[in-house]
Amino acid sequence: MSSNTDTNKKQKASFFHFDEGFFDYQTLFISVVLVLFGIMMIYSASSYRAVMEGNPDYFYAKKQALIAAGSILAMFLVSGVNYKKYYYFAVYIIGIAIILCGCVFVLGIASHGAVRWINLGFVKLQPSELLKPAIAVYIAKVCSSHAKWLNDFKSLSKLMILPLIGIGIVATENLSTAIVCFMIIVVVVFVAADNVRPIILWFLLAVVAGIVLISAEGYRGGRIDAWLNPETSDNGYQTMQSLYAIGSGGLFGKGLGNSIQKTGFLPESHNDMIFSIICEELGLFGGLGIIALFVMLLFRIKYVATNSPNKFASYMVIGVMAQIAVQLIINVGVVTNTLPPTGVTLPFISYGGSSILAMMIEIGLVLSVSRQLEPYE
Amino acid sequence: MDFKELFELRSVRKLGLVIWCIVIAAMLLTARLVYIMIFEGEYYNEKATNIQERERSIKAQRGIIYDRNGVILAGNRAVCSVSVIHNQITDEEQVIANLTKLLDIDEVTVRKKVEKVSSRESIKTNVDKEIADQIRSLDMDGVMVDEDYKRYYPYDDLASKVIGFTGADNQGIVGLEVYYDEILQGTSGSIKTLTTSRGIEIPDKAETREEPVPGKNLITSIDVNIQQYAEQLAIQTMELRKANRVCIIVMNPKNGEIYALADVPEYDLNNPFELNIEATSTDASPTSDQLNNMWRCFPINDTYEPGSTFKIITATSAFEAGVLNVNDGFSCPGYRIVGDRRIRCHKVVGHGSQTFREGIMNSCNPVFMEIGARVGVKDFYETMKALGLFEKTGIDLPGEAGSIFHKIENVKEVELATMSFGQSFQITPFQLMRAASAVVNGGTLVTPHFGVYVTDSNNNIVDKISYNTRDGVVSEETSETMKDLLHDVVALGTGKNAYVEGYDIGGKTATSEKLPRSSNKYISSFLGFAPTENPEVMALVLIDEPEGTYYGGTIAAPVIGDLYENILPYIGLDKKISTDTDAVETVLIEDTVF
Repeated sequence: MSSNTDTNKKQKASFFHFDEGFFDYQTLFISVVLVLFGIMMIYSASSYRAVMEGNPDYFYAKKQALIAAGSILAMFLVSGVNYKKYYYFAVYIIGIAIILCGCVFVLGIASHGAVRWINLGFVKLQPSELLKPAIAVYIAKVCSSHAKWLNDFKSLSKLMILPLIGIGIVATENLSTAIVCFMIIVVVVFVAADNVRPIILWFLLAVVAGIVLISAEGYRGGRIDAWLNPETSDNGYQTMQSLYAIGSGGLFGKGLGNSIQKTGFLPESHNDMIFSIICEELGLFGGLGIIALFVMLLFRIKYVATNSPNKFASYMVIGVMAQIAVQLIINVGVVTNTLPPTGVTLPFISYGGSSILAMMIEIGLVLSVSRQLEPYE
Repeated sequence: MDFKELFELRSVRKLGLVIWCIVIAAMLLTARLVYIMIFEGEYYNEKATNIQERERSIKAQRGIIYDRNGVILAGNRAVCSVSVIHNQITDEEQVIANLTKLLDIDEVTVRKKVEKVSSRESIKTNVDKEIADQIRSLDMDGVMVDEDYKRYYPYDDLASKVIGFTGADNQGIVGLEVYYDEILQGTSGSIKTLTTSRGIEIPDKAETREEPVPGKNLITSIDVNIQQYAEQLAIQTMELRKANRVCIIVMNPKNGEIYALADVPEYDLNNPFELNIEATSTDASPTSDQLNNMWRCFPINDTYEPGSTFKIITATSAFEAGVLNVNDGFSCPGYRIVGDRRIRCHKVVGHGSQTFREGIMNSCNPVFMEIGARVGVKDFYETMKALGLFEKTGIDLPGEAGSIFHKIENVKEVELATMSFGQSFQITPFQLMRAASAVVNGGTLVTPHFGVYVTDSNNNIVDKISYNTRDGVVSEETSETMKDLLHDVVALGTGKNAYVEGYDIGGKTATSEKLPRSSNKYISSFLGFAPTENPEVMALVLIDEPEGTYYGGTIAAPVIGDLYENILPYIGLDKKISTDTDAVETVLIEDTVF
């Protein structure tokens, strides 16, 4: 099992390692399929809205396709970098991400009632999305370099200062992204720590904080009511429209492009609510197919994690896996009204440039690690 | 120990735990999806359809009501409604300009509606088809022209009490319109289309369309010409006699088909909510009582004391019971003592000695009191029952009133005496006409009616409406005798003002005193039929509360004379070519085309 004889050779490798060893085509394949499927569904779900806004029907799909193409390129670049470089640059990476998140306060532009974007001129960037891979890299680094610190609450808290700053900044405007970021830390530390009590304590603290935040902030206060009584609550409109979409899909759906709910009934139909439209158009089988694809991808990422050459690589991949899983569960949970309404994108599929860029960067990280695997030993 | 082995020992198990948590979560979500999409799918699908689908109903064309000769009494006029859908309009200015010009509405109103972002904004309803066609021909995007039907009565107030009118949803409210509503109504169709959240129909989506089924047409027994003439005559009489109202009913005594029912004042069927009389205060809108009173068809919805016309029934019962001969002698001192009462004849000095024939010609009350007494309560009631006076006639109009009689066990001498000349009970004019018809048509009790045929939209007869008849309620012999007697009433007796040269007319006058007796208000009436030998037309005129002269023979009989003089030739009964002016002989007119 511990045939780690080539480790020294690999550590001396060049910055890029495109030509090296194994490449995990399965992860690549599933991710790209999900992205392409996403573009198709975005076209279907957004065409009505695009036309209503006076644009051609492919307006949103085209934007997404261009960004997806760029993101796939970014993925290859990221995968080409020897993963050990991320270990060394982890602090810089999270530092840049936190600064970008902070920039939102200065340069931010409002949309959907929240300030989450900064305008880079040619494209609007949502820095909180980029915080996710940054946290995955950083937490993997500290978990591998300061493994002992994970075992008591105080030292663990020290390790978590940097990511918590970023999460804190993000939480002011976007609680759901903060939750996702925090869950990355929880999962990775849970797997890495010899003593899991400190991280479980942190998790419970966060749950309490979340409850306090939800009950304190009026804007979020209606969510619980909307979740429990969607048919009567003032804020239940989106939930009900989502359920109408899903419920009217039946076994095989209305057929691609035939959603009615996308014609203005269901808000965010190409965005957070795209899974509802998938269910409406492609039915139960379409919806389950997507969930199955995600589960396949998660198992594949887990395979990469368990066969990683060292702890850092393994933790980084687990971070990515945690993020995809958490977003999948929250997103599908929200559209099916299993969880209280909150805005989390469906990875790879939902409309949103920053989201897909962050997602593909993370797949790039997984692929970078996969180059160092010796799976068929 | 190699750190990787340590990792494998401890962390791999935790990673396995994490991944299985994820799998369980995914399975829970899968279960949730199955639940929503399969078990609750029906529920959500229905709710979704409710918000996504728009149903537009297509009105069915209501059946037409015709008179017996195919003249339209109640028809439909195509009208259109014009509306705009903001999101589909491509050239707002053009739409505004055209609609302002064609619909004759001011530009500000049109502009406001055109620029309003709504799923559909109605611009104008009841637009003439011609203008609607012009708008349609301009083919402007976002302008919708929908067809609609509006009930239309070409003769305005003609036979208003019979025909009735319809409400906003084309449903019958009174008259034939409501009685035959099921036949006339038809079934409205619908177009169900899926729409976007803004109510715009989604193109290329299958729409479910259910075609409307037009209502069936009704051919009635009314003859527009007779009806018009009867109404004219009724109005003239009402004005001449300053009466409350005048009813003229013209019916075929052989089969009960009603040719005309005039109940003036009539009202305008095209404006049924406007009073037909001067409002007491000009600005007050009519009360529902006033309107109901205006729409009321008195000969059907109300009863009255028939008075002397009822002597036809008394005489019939006497002949049927075999207690009377035409030449029996009677004596009238101007009154008759019944029990402890002294009941007067209308001729105070009395008619003296007379035969029954003379008695009926004079309409002598003591004669009829005596024959009433001869018949007895039991046989009298039996005849009345046979003649259908205790039941509703079954006429095809809503709200028919029933008769009011003494209970047979309560009828003593005095009651019997008053009943024998038509007082102390109430019947409807149609009950009288039905009974009298049976007396003169050879003994067949018919059902008075208007509806004859039901036809489809291509005017093919789909149903002949059948009515109950009862044969043999009066013997042929009695019928012949009665026709002969009633002929003499017109030829020589109280009904002589109804005489028309060249025709044999039978009839009976009546003057009924309205209750309470002290009010001195009367209903003058005359019941006539022609030709006497083989009656084709029976007519009844009722003059309610005439001023001045109130004797039926004086004011009601001439109305029937006038009516017959005009309608008998019209219905194909030729004048008898004879110089014999006493007109005792009867001539049966054959080949009457009716």
